[in-house]
Amino acid sequence: MIETIQEMMGFAFISRAVLVGTLVSLCAALLGVSLVLKRYANIGTGLSNVAFGITTVATAFGLMPLPIAIPGSIIVAVILLKIGNNHKIKSDSAIALISASALAIGVAVTSATTGLNTDVCNFMFGSILAMSMEDVILSIVVSIIVLVLFVIYYRKLFAVTFDEDFSKAVGLKTSRYTNLIAVLTAVIIVVGMRMMGTMLISSIIIFPALTSMRVFKSFKSVIISSGIISVVCFLIGIFLSYLYNISTGAMIVLVNLIMFILFTILGKIVRE
Amino acid sequence: MDVIDIKNLSFGYYSGHDVLKNISMKVHEGDFLCIVGENGSGKSTLMKCILGLNKVTKGEISVSGRIGYLPQMTEVQNNFPATIEEIVLSGTLPDNIRKIFYTKQDKQKAKEIMEKLQLYDMRKKCFYELSGGQKQRVLIARSLCATEKIILLDEPVNGLDPKIVFEIYELLKKINKENGITIIMVSHDVDRAIRICNKGNRSRKW
Repeated sequence: MIETIQEMMGFAFISRAVLVGTLVSLCAALLGVSLVLKRYANIGTGLSNVAFGITTVATAFGLMPLPIAIPGSIIVAVILLKIGNNHKIKSDSAIALISASALAIGVAVTSATTGLNTDVCNFMFGSILAMSMEDVILSIVVSIIVLVLFVIYYRKLFAVTFDEDFSKAVGLKTSRYTNLIAVLTAVIIVVGMRMMGTMLISSIIIFPALTSMRVFKSFKSVIISSGIISVVCFLIGIFLSYLYNISTGAMIVLVNLIMFILFTILGKIVRE
Repeated sequence: MDVIDIKNLSFGYYSGHDVLKNISMKVHEGDFLCIVGENGSGKSTLMKCILGLNKVTKGEISVSGRIGYLPQMTEVQNNFPATIEEIVLSGTLPDNIRKIFYTKQDKQKAKEIMEKLQLYDMRKKCFYELSGGQKQRVLIARSLCATEKIILLDEPVNGLDPKIVFEIYELLKKINKENGITIIMVSHDVDRAIRICNKGNRSRKW
């Protein structure tokens, strides 16, 4: 096994993917805890479709996708959260609406211009070949920002996630922190999407939080264990994907699923 | 001394539809005020105005000091992983909002309040595994961490059985008498609520 790992890391593109993936998995899991608890889990799916739409359109016009996809997704993320707070429109239907439209626009524009080539397929299902040196630098910068902000705002994120009305009443600017979560999630999705794929990126946000909540019961332990679970699942996933030549994104999600089942059983045993 | 002074308050969610019209009232220090009325009579709306969660359309509200708020429980909290300690401690947040971690004083304050409310020994327990009465005690403890003067409770005994309701009311009375904390409670449990407070205020369709 050690030999296989050494062989794997010998490929520059794989070692880049391992670095980017570890950081993205960690950050996605931390943000995921708040999103899952606030019942915003669907936002991950919605945002990944929006990011797909923007990325494919940008590529079709021969533009660099990242500088457009990041601000674009951030704007949509903030709008989605605003809708979530407005009781007139149900946020889950709004998310379904926006994500289907974004997906359709992306596919339509691409098929009219360059055609549905492997690039589009990679955006959809992910490819570890997609990681360039710029991606590595970007993901390191973004991950450090996410981690630092997470530590600085940890207490407030807890208070706002647990009870928004109380937090607002005692003077916290709650919308600032929900926007912060939305913005960071959007950025992590755009960065991670190209490796994991549009269809699968939202799962690395949701799975670790749900998995650790099967067993752990304090906020702090859920946060810490989600981060660890997420990174471990990613590393096992990418290793198995190399070993058996299976799509990396799909393998990571499957490992997450198995971990979720294991933790569910473990949780049952602990309770009895 | 007046801790809350409301003058000619009006509020509506849509323009032209005032839920509250021309309300004036004063709350004195040490009061145990109960706002009772049927569902839809505007109790919670009034409370949200006092807390500053609703922007008033007309009139004035002045509040001295910070209010510790005890909202109705939400669906989110039903399976939220958090210990009693984490929740009570989060009440101290407004004291030093710029700090990254809780200070020693924060932890000491939370500890004293938890001891007073008999929560300290089970502080590592998970919130969603507690009984309804225990949950309310935790939320009362958190609101006490957030204020030295006023706490405002929104339907604190909703869905609890009579024995627990009695316990919660006794606890509130004790906090009111011993700590001199002004309590404002919103409830539709008219009969019992009126009996424990020293001031009543019945809301009807304004």
